[in-house]
Amino acid sequence: METMFGKSIKRREDPRLVTGKGNFVDDLKIPFTTHAAFVRSPHAHAKIGKIDTAAARKVPGVLAIYTGKDLVAGGVKPIPVGWLLPNIKVPAHYPLAVDKARHMGEPVAVVVAETPYAARDAAELVEVDYDVLPAVPDGADALKRGAPPVHDDAPGNVSFKWSIGDAKATDAAFAKADKVVKQSFRNHRLIPNAIEPRACLASAQPGTGDITLWVTSQNPHVHRLIMAAFVLGIPEHKMRVISPDVGGGFGSKIFIYPEECAAVWASRQLSRPVKWTADRREAFLADAHGRDHHTEAEMALAADGKILGLRVKTVANLGAYLSLFAPAVPTYLYGTLLAGAYTTPAIHCEVTGVFTHTTPVDAYRGAGRPEATYLLERLMDLSAKELGMDPVDIRRKNFIPPDKFPYQTPVALLYDSGNYAGALDKALQIFDYKAFRREQEQARKQGRYLGVGFSTYLEACGLAPSQVAGALGAQAGLYESANVRVHPTGKVSVFTGSHSHGQGHETTFAQVVADELQVPIDDVDIIHGDTGQVPFGMGSYGSRSGPVGAAAIYMSTQKIKEKAKKIAAHLLEANEKDVTHEGGKFFVKGSPDRSKSFFDVSLMAYLAHNLPKGLEPGLEALSFFDPGNFVFPFGTHICVVEVERDTGYVHLRRYVAVDDLGRVINPMIVDGMVHGGIAQGVSQALWEHAEYDENGQLITGSMMNYALPKADELIPIELARTETPTPVNPLGVKGAGETGTIASTAAVANAVMDALSPFGIKHIDMPLTPGRIWEALKGKGA
Amino acid sequence: MYAAPFEYHLPTTVAEALGLLEKFGDEAKLLSGSQSLVPLMKLRLATPGHVVDLRKVPGLSGVTESGGTVVIGAMTTHYEVGSSPLVRTKLPMMAEAAGQIGDTQVRNLGTIGGSLAHADPSADWPAVLAALDASVRIASSRGERNVKVEELIVGPLTTVLAPGEILLQVRVPLPAGRYGGAYEKLPHPASRFAIVGAAAEVFLDPGGKVSNSRIALTGIASKVTRAGYVEQALLGKAPDPAAIKSAAARAAQGIEVRADLTGSAEYKANLAAVYTERAVKRAVSRALER
Repeated sequence: METMFGKSIKRREDPRLVTGKGNFVDDLKIPFTTHAAFVRSPHAHAKIGKIDTAAARKVPGVLAIYTGKDLVAGGVKPIPVGWLLPNIKVPAHYPLAVDKARHMGEPVAVVVAETPYAARDAAELVEVDYDVLPAVPDGADALKRGAPPVHDDAPGNVSFKWSIGDAKATDAAFAKADKVVKQSFRNHRLIPNAIEPRACLASAQPGTGDITLWVTSQNPHVHRLIMAAFVLGIPEHKMRVISPDVGGGFGSKIFIYPEECAAVWASRQLSRPVKWTADRREAFLADAHGRDHHTEAEMALAADGKILGLRVKTVANLGAYLSLFAPAVPTYLYGTLLAGAYTTPAIHCEVTGVFTHTTPVDAYRGAGRPEATYLLERLMDLSAKELGMDPVDIRRKNFIPPDKFPYQTPVALLYDSGNYAGALDKALQIFDYKAFRREQEQARKQGRYLGVGFSTYLEACGLAPSQVAGALGAQAGLYESANVRVHPTGKVSVFTGSHSHGQGHETTFAQVVADELQVPIDDVDIIHGDTGQVPFGMGSYGSRSGPVGAAAIYMSTQKIKEKAKKIAAHLLEANEKDVTHEGGKFFVKGSPDRSKSFFDVSLMAYLAHNLPKGLEPGLEALSFFDPGNFVFPFGTHICVVEVERDTGYVHLRRYVAVDDLGRVINPMIVDGMVHGGIAQGVSQALWEHAEYDENGQLITGSMMNYALPKADELIPIELARTETPTPVNPLGVKGAGETGTIASTAAVANAVMDALSPFGIKHIDMPLTPGRIWEALKGKGA
Repeated sequence: MYAAPFEYHLPTTVAEALGLLEKFGDEAKLLSGSQSLVPLMKLRLATPGHVVDLRKVPGLSGVTESGGTVVIGAMTTHYEVGSSPLVRTKLPMMAEAAGQIGDTQVRNLGTIGGSLAHADPSADWPAVLAALDASVRIASSRGERNVKVEELIVGPLTTVLAPGEILLQVRVPLPAGRYGGAYEKLPHPASRFAIVGAAAEVFLDPGGKVSNSRIALTGIASKVTRAGYVEQALLGKAPDPAAIKSAAARAAQGIEVRADLTGSAEYKANLAAVYTERAVKRAVSRALER
């Protein structure tokens, strides 16, 4: 039988998805469905006075209008936070604003009507008496004395102060440094913009008290748990959450949002299904945003380029409320990454999480790790420049050598494996560095400004050990579940706690199962996204589906194989130890002629007419895989740009990415993930920018002015891989979903700064738009 | 996104459409390719009581030549304009501009007349058509009139079109002599409207000197604007790179340049000069090929 692992088979889900036969939440039609529309605050900060719904109620088809007060009176509790830090302030976040609106777009009331048009018409007629208050949209401004307070119970707008590393050791490192390189960085805010907007359909069954919620969720069990146990008080076993086909998430569909809580509550009030689908405007205003840091960073170096210490102080803008995993992102997913691929012996990082009058910020593709990688890789280039070193040499000088693993960093992580120089070498084989520097020199003489940027990144993903996460404040475990069920005919249903919203699990997971059980891949179905079918699982984010989800499936297949072998041995009247499982058949070693097929064994498992003594019938196995560590993908990205002197326009000229993702199940799918990630990372460097004006109005709140990456702006990406399998999971796989985003932003920014180096420009904050570059170039000759 | 309630009309003649406009006055909006009005309606930024859809009115689309003028029906899509053999051979600047509007969907649905009537200050057609000295033909119940494109647009999203009028045609006089045109644009990374767009039509005399030019800019001011100082500076000059550069440096002179999220007024004035230089250079090389 052909091995499927490592094979670029086409995505089995694509024929369905690309021919319009997918089944997304908004496609669902159930009788008597009503439609919700939200009244949203146009102001960033306002006291809510009287809400007059008289005119709205007169719109034909309107069934109900609920305000924040109605929900509170009806027993709705605030949406909780899933990751707590010491002394963190967690102000109440109700699904509908009660006393104050704290960001533009915050829902204030919900209209439920017979049609979406009637709901929207009525929402326009709800009159809210707003007493507009001063707003503070910027994280650094929010800390200033006299800044408008976001919450009364978070003095100074501080949610938490967190630190990691050894401050004293870091001070000592700086004291003995030959060179200190200092830079402030702005890692600006982004808006995820999954292709499918968020949607939900809540259907309460008054007869049984059961409720089904279809929702665009990356983790349906987490949705159910939080709604049931915290927000709505529904017995968990009476609620079923189904997340069917979902069009992307990038993290934004991890979280529990106000709209689905309100829809579930309204459905129970009305005993009718309630549906809501966000429009793109709502996606901009109400999906959790990403990034938004102000950082002061400094690196202490010896004269030979060896890093002695790193000191980082970051203000993380959390938005108006703490979104579900917001506290983890700028702390444990950020500060712990500051060692990167380097031997930096002393690191200290302080993070202040602040409230502002903006949309809440949470995990967005990469989540903390792009922010860490950006500042670290920028500092590597700035330091090289200061010391007169080549950016490649300074990296080599500081790489953790391959014989030092496992490697304990000064910021908590224990790296399991790695060969950072190996990836760099491979990238340099593809990219002729010397030839480029010659070309750059020639071009400069003609007034053309080429630049190269390196990003020798490392990331931690495959989130991961439940015990560690719990000790750090996670209010959840981070294992994954799998139930593999072999049917009597030998066909296989796999129930996974992972969730696919573009990742291709129906293909890659089936590849693993087909190999292990030696069955045709067409005999394997992957079922996910339904709490009614799938064992309790944690879902997909943090590049965990492969290293945690697929590993759980692998564990179940081993249990199945073990039992199947017992049955086969019994049928062959042989000793189990002598039976082998090859080419889809069980036989006694050396006598393949006398064999039992997987079908024979499966059938007997369920007929149970002739099983080994004491063996239970059936062929099904449940596993929960809780890995002992994160996995640590790494690699080298090289970007070449040309900057137009007279306009500041950045042309991408070349992009080489060498990633080490461990063993790769489906190279084509992984290539696609890396491509997409690079596009998003490049886009942060050059185009995307969520901007608020001083009143907290989102001024880039549509596709007309928020620039997502476009195919014609990008260039072919040259991909290659090294393969250092991780010992953390039985498949040796690492996460592949976020590396592109984590690595590429710094590579592009470094390339632009290299291009601008003849002008003495060291740093420009992103996005590196033509306008910003031109302003920096103004009056500078070359 | 759900638009506010409106009444939809589908007339089948110009006269019928004019009758509807007469009847509903300010309440009525004409619908052409649906690329500007419909997004505004979905956002409820536009809430017309009556939408008069022109798609079933015959004779409003297509590209023809008549007596030295290229006549383009108002309902002709950007794609149709850009792929018309007549336009491609005789007015290449229009073809290259058409290919840079929005994205494929916008080009396949959006129309030249709709774009002009919408009058976005960063749209491509106004600059190109001003450089080509084009006019529009406008019908109302009182008869028809011609207006130069430059005079049609008076400000952001504002034209001289009265509520009872329909833009029927775009009329581009075919240039004579030794001429060349080019359009150069820096597209906004999100919308693909022009951060700056420079359209240049340059005429050369038998001695190779500039006998006339029309240069129009979009994206930098509240409406399409002629770069008069550049035209003046080029007049009578041999259009060598140095002369073009020094003339183009005056592109934004006399224009009230708007700053926006893409950059300062100073930056946009600089872009106007750079893109004018690029457009004039290519226009001249096209003229020299004739």
